Amino acid sequence: MDWINLIIVPGVKALVLVVVLLTGFAYLTLFERKVLGRFQLRYGPNRAWRFGLGHPIADALKMVFKEEIIPGHVDKIIYVLGPVLAIVPALAIFAVVPIGPAINLFGYQVPLVLADVNVGLLYVLAIASLGTYGVILGGWASNNKYSLLGALRSSSQMLAYELPMGILLISILLMTGTLSLVRIVEQPLPWYFRVWIIAAFPLFFTTVLAETGRSPFDLPETENELVAGYQTEYGGIKFALYYMAEYLHMIAASAIVVTLFFGGWHGPFVDQLPILGPVYLALKIVCMIFLFVWVRASLPRVRYDQLLKFCWTFLFPVSLIYLAITAVAVVLL
Amino acid sequence: MSRVGGVLRGIDWIARSFIVTLKAFVTPPVTVQYPEQPIAVYPRFRARHELRRYENGLERCIGCCLCEAACPTGAIHVEAAENDPERPVSPGERYASVYEVNLMRCVFCGDCETACPVEAVVLGHEFELAVYHRDGFLLTKEELLKPTHPNVIVRAE
Repeated sequence: MDWINLIIVPGVKALVLVVVLLTGFAYLTLFERKVLGRFQLRYGPNRAWRFGLGHPIADALKMVFKEEIIPGHVDKIIYVLGPVLAIVPALAIFAVVPIGPAINLFGYQVPLVLADVNVGLLYVLAIASLGTYGVILGGWASNNKYSLLGALRSSSQMLAYELPMGILLISILLMTGTLSLVRIVEQPLPWYFRVWIIAAFPLFFTTVLAETGRSPFDLPETENELVAGYQTEYGGIKFALYYMAEYLHMIAASAIVVTLFFGGWHGPFVDQLPILGPVYLALKIVCMIFLFVWVRASLPRVRYDQLLKFCWTFLFPVSLIYLAITAVAVVLL
Repeated sequence: MSRVGGVLRGIDWIARSFIVTLKAFVTPPVTVQYPEQPIAVYPRFRARHELRRYENGLERCIGCCLCEAACPTGAIHVEAAENDPERPVSPGERYASVYEVNLMRCVFCGDCETACPVEAVVLGHEFELAVYHRDGFLLTKEELLKPTHPNVIVRAE
């Protein structure tokens, strides 16, 4: 029954993943608004249904039923293509993230990962930077100076921060000896490497903040300078897609960080009850997202020159030093 | 070495800002859930007018029209009439047969309160004044005499 393994199983897994991610995105917006509210001594949305659980549904309905407006001065094909190109890579990143250990379903041994690619980390880097295309095409097609400036900022920011991120990933690769995320989670590492990896977490998290365009590095959409950056000319469901892509990037980045630094789906009793794996992963992702929101509540947005200066004169050299120390340690130990 | 010092200082400041926000996170919100929770007002808070009665049920207002004279915007309109000695409406010779307050003109200055010799008209705590029609802003005597139950708690001065 090859076709079951080749088509049906991945198809079902992809479907479940997409549905879970899109629901997760909707409730992530609520989570962020509520947590941010508590950081600012208010309740956050709590009117629609209990604890405000109806707000994401109301938001989605509102977005869907908005009028489709395509401004007259835009490049129509690219304008429509922009949001799609933004959201597809955001979803595609999850293909290589191991959700849990293999479980037994209806007599099949199903590994809880969509695709165990042996170049998983490379795939993540490649797909994550594809997301830039959605942003820059949308900004370009909008034919609006604010959109274009936002898109340019976004792309140069992502290019700059991808460098330290890549170097840190290489360091982790040196320690784990494999690019496959599944293997990285499963294989045991000596404790000194574990500690050393976690020591790189603040650096890596900073690059992740810049890659996902989150505060304090949300330069692509500085409201006070650029209206809404590359999203300025977008409305209705197309705006919702950009918004979705942004939050999916956040979930994806959290998943990658958790997988690389905090042991992915590992946790107590996973060996006895494999279904706990996805639960642990989800909990860890929620903690990471809490960290994202905490950073947003704590730090003001940096200026654009500060952003690039910080990357090139601090993050980049420090990550190079980290890589050098790691390389020496791997050879010696 | 000053570079390292700068980095350490930056980390210190970032850590401090994180602690500040974390403290805010564990503090209960200061928001008042308004329609469900009452709002705290000061005792001398001035909202809608009320006409008061004596404990025996007689109206305090004696129809002297001083409030009408004192009103800077002309929001109050009073018409006085002679009391029937058999069934008096108020303890004095006269009472107000018509007492209207136009809330669209009222500026809630409280001059009517000050002018009133018998403390009949007071500005109470009833502040939820929205109505669906303009006519609703013209308060008649019956509405002003009705006891109000404002959605407030009175705080210490």
